[in-house]
Amino acid sequence: MREPSRRRWLGGALAAAGAGLLAACDRVAANPVVQQTLRMAHGLTYRAQRLIVPREALAPEYTEAEISPDFRANGSINPMAADYVALRQGGFADYRLVVDGLVERPLSLSLADLRARPSRTQITKHDCVEGWTSIGKWKGAPLSVLLEEAGLRPEARYIVFYCFDALDQREDGDRYYESIDLVDAYHPQTILAYEMNDHILPVPHGAPLRLRVERQIGYKHAKYIRRIEAVDSFAHIGRGEGGYWPDRGYQWYAGI
Amino acid sequence: MTASLLPEGPPEGLPQDVAPPDGPCGRHADRPLPGGRTATYRHPPLVRITHWINVAAVVVLIMSGLNILAAHPHLYWGLDSRFDAPWLSFDHIPRWAMIPPARNLAEARDWHFFFAWLFVLNGLIYLAWILWTGRLRRRIWPTRADLARLGPSIVEHARLRFPKDEAARAYNVLQKLAYLAMILIVLPMMLVTGLSMSPGFNAIGGILLELMGGRQSARTLHFISAALIVGFIVVHVGLVIWTGLFNNLRAMITGWFILEPSRPDPEDLR
Repeated sequence: MREPSRRRWLGGALAAAGAGLLAACDRVAANPVVQQTLRMAHGLTYRAQRLIVPREALAPEYTEAEISPDFRANGSINPMAADYVALRQGGFADYRLVVDGLVERPLSLSLADLRARPSRTQITKHDCVEGWTSIGKWKGAPLSVLLEEAGLRPEARYIVFYCFDALDQREDGDRYYESIDLVDAYHPQTILAYEMNDHILPVPHGAPLRLRVERQIGYKHAKYIRRIEAVDSFAHIGRGEGGYWPDRGYQWYAGI
Repeated sequence: MTASLLPEGPPEGLPQDVAPPDGPCGRHADRPLPGGRTATYRHPPLVRITHWINVAAVVVLIMSGLNILAAHPHLYWGLDSRFDAPWLSFDHIPRWAMIPPARNLAEARDWHFFFAWLFVLNGLIYLAWILWTGRLRRRIWPTRADLARLGPSIVEHARLRFPKDEAARAYNVLQKLAYLAMILIVLPMMLVTGLSMSPGFNAIGGILLELMGGRQSARTLHFISAALIVGFIVVHVGLVIWTGLFNNLRAMITGWFILEPSRPDPEDLR
């Protein structure tokens, strides 16, 4: 008679200890000092990669045969914002990409203007932060071409991409944005893509224009771009972390 | 009979009962204890410190790794994800196995990359030290005599009967091979496969990525290496408990390991 009760007591004690440990883990993980300490590794990773990876080193490129038949679209796949829907219904004929901020000559470019500029075509892999990979072919205008044309002012340090889409699909929702440093901005594979797999960029993948920044994780590749701004700091934008997902806890530098 | 089991016998000219010096300094001789037992200095401070840092790092890496896996709990071979054909999928990863203990990809990545740095720096210090001091060759690299005892050592492990006397002074051959595989193959594989998943590192490590067989193969190999580490931990901790929890823990905390006096064992058919 004693055995079962003792066993039950032991089981209860173990369960309580387990629950206590889980709660303790919860508390440790939620502690701001702990989180701040962990985030020190972001800067270390960023500096280490900038140190060992040459500025112009190219992300691997693939062959036509290696293009994924099922390239996944995620995040926003069909923005409902009124300004976007109006442009989409007009076939993006009225679309203008604005390039401004810390530049000598702000630009306002139609898709035809963008296509009239030099282009780069590349078959690259897209690594989602969730862990999956898809390979696609992209054609677009190198960001460096537009930045040369606009003339970056010397105090510019980052390039910010403002997008049409709000992930919650509300008219007043936080619109997606992202930012990169000038090393990635001038990288030869950093392009504003208007074609995917030899077709006009489809809406789920960011029509009419998306960023490809091939040495970083997927969430840096802003879709549905409406404006590009050169800034010396992104502290005043959004919640100040340099991107929609960085504002929500993800690393700003996503080279890993 | 025991001298031949040591990776290196005592230097010539020394009496047989003097233990070989540990490490390059050789400060620590054996200490005789009452009852014929002997305390021997097994783990120098650097080994103990790097061991426990590695324990913390590997545990956090595995648990935060499971949280990251939970964001897309499907594994593939090859360059990309063919979403209809993962070779392995997980329905459910329990909360208790994850850091933080609920699905949170952003925070899990923070934990993972902080402890990855710790794991790599700690591992490099340990590796450099055991190579520089010759400890790898002296204590872990199997000798010819060790390899000749492979069969008996397998039997010993199968019967779960291990020496506690002078023969326990050196690692047995299976132990050496297991440690060697972890130190030189599996743990470095974690780093190599992990780096191969970094799009930033891919720009200079493209050859590594090809060797892995592509980004999704690298992710799969990262998982398999982690599973091998979990397997090692289960066996390692199991044998630590089985062969004397307190003696082994004391050795890895204070450095001192206690050898029982040799006594003839009628069951020992060696």
